[in-house]
Amino acid sequence: MNFLIGFADSFQQNFIKANRWKYILNGLGVTLRVTLFAVLIGIAIGFIVAVIRATYEKTGKLKILNFIANIYLTVIRGTPVVVQLLIIYFVIFGAVRIDKVLVAVLAFGINSGAYVAEIVRSGIMSIDPGQMEAGRSLGFNYIQTMWHIILPQAFKNVLPALGNEFIVLLKETSVAGYIALEDLTKGGDIIRSQTYSPFMPLLTVAAIYLAIVMLLSFLLKKLERRLRNSER
Amino acid sequence: MSDNMNKDEKQLLISVDNLSKHFEDLHALNGVSIDIYKGDVIFVVGPSGSGKSTFLRCLNRLEEPTGGKILFEGIDITDKKTDINKHRQKMGMVFQQFNLFPHMSVMKNLTLAPIKLQGKSKAEAEEEAMKLLERVGLADRADAYPNQLSGGQKQRIAIVRALCMKPDVMLFDEPTSALDPEMVGEVLEVMRELAKENMTMVVVTHEIAFAKEIANRVIFMDEGKIGEENDAKEFFDNPKSERLKSFLAKVL
Repeated sequence: MNFLIGFADSFQQNFIKANRWKYILNGLGVTLRVTLFAVLIGIAIGFIVAVIRATYEKTGKLKILNFIANIYLTVIRGTPVVVQLLIIYFVIFGAVRIDKVLVAVLAFGINSGAYVAEIVRSGIMSIDPGQMEAGRSLGFNYIQTMWHIILPQAFKNVLPALGNEFIVLLKETSVAGYIALEDLTKGGDIIRSQTYSPFMPLLTVAAIYLAIVMLLSFLLKKLERRLRNSER
Repeated sequence: MSDNMNKDEKQLLISVDNLSKHFEDLHALNGVSIDIYKGDVIFVVGPSGSGKSTFLRCLNRLEEPTGGKILFEGIDITDKKTDINKHRQKMGMVFQQFNLFPHMSVMKNLTLAPIKLQGKSKAEAEEEAMKLLERVGLADRADAYPNQLSGGQKQRIAIVRALCMKPDVMLFDEPTSALDPEMVGEVLEVMRELAKENMTMVVVTHEIAFAKEIANRVIFMDEGKIGEENDAKEFFDNPKSERLKSFLAKVL
């Protein structure tokens, strides 16, 4: 009984009083927005870099672009995402006023692109060379064959790994607080600092991340199954 | 019958001049020259490693020749300035491993290139594809996916896919070598029909009996060169070189 009263009190204190639930809700909105747009940027960069790298590996063409892509991959995968976030905010955009959400989207998008690129590249390399030959023999050029024939198959093959990357990305955005962006994690932390009771706000934040990740995993499994069924 | 027609009005389709292909140390092709006329059904035979497949794959530059010239419909397609993609649309190719697109239904496999490359409407492309499917007896498989088909069905679909582009020549790269024996017949039947319709065909194969039946000309490839080339009847009944004699003795 005492426990229940304590729980209700704590809930009242952490979420109801002073409309503190808004920190959580607004933070969740920021986290989802940053993740969504970072995923889109990550996919765009990742596919382009993957095609460049795979083309170089298979044909020896695009030497310069491949060189640039390699530098990008080495730097991004060789440094912590928090440091990249700080550099983009304080160094690259240090002199201009810029929306922090945009900075976070850019930082996480550019970061994710490097990981997506390597996943997609492995997917492209796994496709039978006969598929490229068949496409080219029909008169498609290299890019058209990539787009219509190779990439759809590669995408399907790497979907589990891609899904995993996006789940990791969602959780990684929790460091956005380093540039004082009020995302979900920061929201919970602000409540903690106001109420001096860490338990409820932080566990709530954790539970929300967990729920989103579980939902994403579920949706990805469904998508995977549907794609697989189409070529039974 | 088609033989007589060819002799009356021989129309040059492909002219191969001194074609060569060198990999690192290996000379896969060593100066191959041949003229291919409209309506020709040319079979390319020879021991493995003799360069038959390389020769065929050089014809549409899937394999980049290292020397020589190929004139296709009067245009030098070995010239780097030539848009090879445009000419490949007129050169259908059938592969040993079928190479159907596994992520698309049969119908999409057939209509992708006509729609994207020839600007046909979906309805028009599907109608034409359906007609061809009916001719190879696979109209009921239009909505199936490649993995649901047998090897023989896959190869027939692959032939139809090439035909949907209305090519002027069909290149066959060992079309029956990956098939179970009981499925070879259905693929050969489709090729037989094509030959009857005067489709120009270049076929790399091990099916010597089939070559004897439908080829009008046969090429014997040996060590990257044309060892012997002749009308089908002469080729089999009256081989000249010792190497061809011993090859035929082994395979017939």
